[in-house]
Amino acid sequence: MKNISRTRLAWLHFRVSALNELQYRANFWLQLAQSAVWLTSGLVVLALVFSRTDEIKGWTRPELLAVVGVFTLMGGVIRAFIQPAMQRLLTDIREGTLDFALTRPADAQVLVSVREMRIWQTLDILIGAGVLTVAVVQLDESVGLGDALAFAALLLAGSVMIYCCWLIISTGAFWLVRMENVQELFDGVYRAGQYPITIYPGWLRAGLTFVIPLGFAITAPSQAITSRLDAGTVVVCAVTASALVVSSRAFWRVGVRHYAGASA
Amino acid sequence: MRCFFVARSAATSPPASRWFDRGEPVADVGRAPMSSTAEAWPVESRWRSLLATYRTLARTQVLSQFQYRAANYFYMVGMVAEPIVYLVVWSTIARQQGGSVDGYTAGNFAAYYITWTLVRNMNIVFTPFGWEDRIRTGELSGWMLRPAHPIHYDLASFMGWKFVVIVLWLPIAAVLTLLFRPELQTSVLQVAVFAVAIWGAYLIRSLVLWVLGMVTFWTTRVAALYETYFVAELLLSGRLVPMDLLPGWAQGLAWAFPFRWTFGFPITALVGPISNGELLVGLVMQAAWTAVAAFVVRIVWRRGVRRYGAVGG
Repeated sequence: MKNISRTRLAWLHFRVSALNELQYRANFWLQLAQSAVWLTSGLVVLALVFSRTDEIKGWTRPELLAVVGVFTLMGGVIRAFIQPAMQRLLTDIREGTLDFALTRPADAQVLVSVREMRIWQTLDILIGAGVLTVAVVQLDESVGLGDALAFAALLLAGSVMIYCCWLIISTGAFWLVRMENVQELFDGVYRAGQYPITIYPGWLRAGLTFVIPLGFAITAPSQAITSRLDAGTVVVCAVTASALVVSSRAFWRVGVRHYAGASA
Repeated sequence: MRCFFVARSAATSPPASRWFDRGEPVADVGRAPMSSTAEAWPVESRWRSLLATYRTLARTQVLSQFQYRAANYFYMVGMVAEPIVYLVVWSTIARQQGGSVDGYTAGNFAAYYITWTLVRNMNIVFTPFGWEDRIRTGELSGWMLRPAHPIHYDLASFMGWKFVVIVLWLPIAAVLTLLFRPELQTSVLQVAVFAVAIWGAYLIRSLVLWVLGMVTFWTTRVAALYETYFVAELLLSGRLVPMDLLPGWAQGLAWAFPFRWTFGFPITALVGPISNGELLVGLVMQAAWTAVAAFVVRIVWRRGVRRYGAVGG
């Protein structure tokens, strides 16, 4: 059988998922309602906070609004493109049905990462971008081209890191088997990202940087767009992202080798 | 027994709101062997039988939930992130403002949000999103053959689960206490009221969400209704911030809803500031809301069942 390229494989899966989900138009409204709830609660807390103070640890209102924007946008990316596939992977490992993916003539890691997508969740990406735009307009300083480029690069690196992090978590299921509730854990921890991690105490900041890389995925892009980024962060971010890509792939391979399958 | 946490298959169950009620455990109630000879319960022993039912179901849940300790812990630890965010934000502001915001010091916020974690767990009951499944799969048909009102089966099994939650919560509270140094000045009376109020909160929220769930008898397009309900609850319950920190009009508005009695009141009952009069008002309001909600459950259930037609379950 002819091998198709990885990008083409991802695109085909994306198309099928999209077509499948577009049949269920009502889900759009459900998604809209959910996004509204999320955003409202975030904005209400911000409003309450700024009715009493002008800044938290050096972050002003429009700057924190930018963080909420990035948080929403990244949340959309995760729930549309990362979590569904990982959730399916966890189920497949538990039930032994991963065999059907592993026996296909394609890179198994790519295949399990693109199999499931939730197209309606991309609404959060748009909403996040909208919030971000409003925030940027309110910022005192205008955003330079360098800032914008760094922002885009860090956003991409951040998504890659979250993906790797999820892949490592899911690969753990090869040994632990029952991990379906790990998503609750991730969702809970993810909420901490709606504020810059610099406001948290040291132990939590370390955890949110190196265990679940929200510091890189949300705070760093927000720092870029609010012109408070230093070059060091970009370098650390790039190094961490590359290290995660390599190590998560290595870990995945070890996991697959460990996998007993349904017929074992 | 089926796994307690319902797998989220996107095709069948709507993804409930992301962080309030999604994936909340859906009780696999009443699978415990029940006496089926109870149709001839004499009136005087009905209460005693009901009590026995509660005891059996609760005990079954305690045993079964301790089997899923790890799953329960994932769930509870994930939930702790939310109050930590609020706690860090507000204690940071308190420190920036020279020690306190509206009379709350960093230590007071810590006490509030650590108690929050227990009250939040007490607030988790059968999700209204689960009703679609109950009706669609015909699960309810089996329920109707049982000798007591079906709500008792939900109440009893979730109650059993709550005992497990309280035990599992203690170490979490200990760790949070070490990390965030709460200042807690309370009294024996306050502790006693708190111990009652968390169960009052559990009861009210169970009943109200049952009513919401039963809307599914009439229509399955309920997601928007539930989302609206949950956001109103989030804003007016004391979950985001202590009620005292809400603007005056919001505090006034909160009197029209049961939310604050299921969330803010139990917390404040323990950590204060609260007067004995307010403690009494809180308990009375809880009792009143319980009575109202129980009445509405009764009415809606009767009418709903008439609308219900399904194959066996």
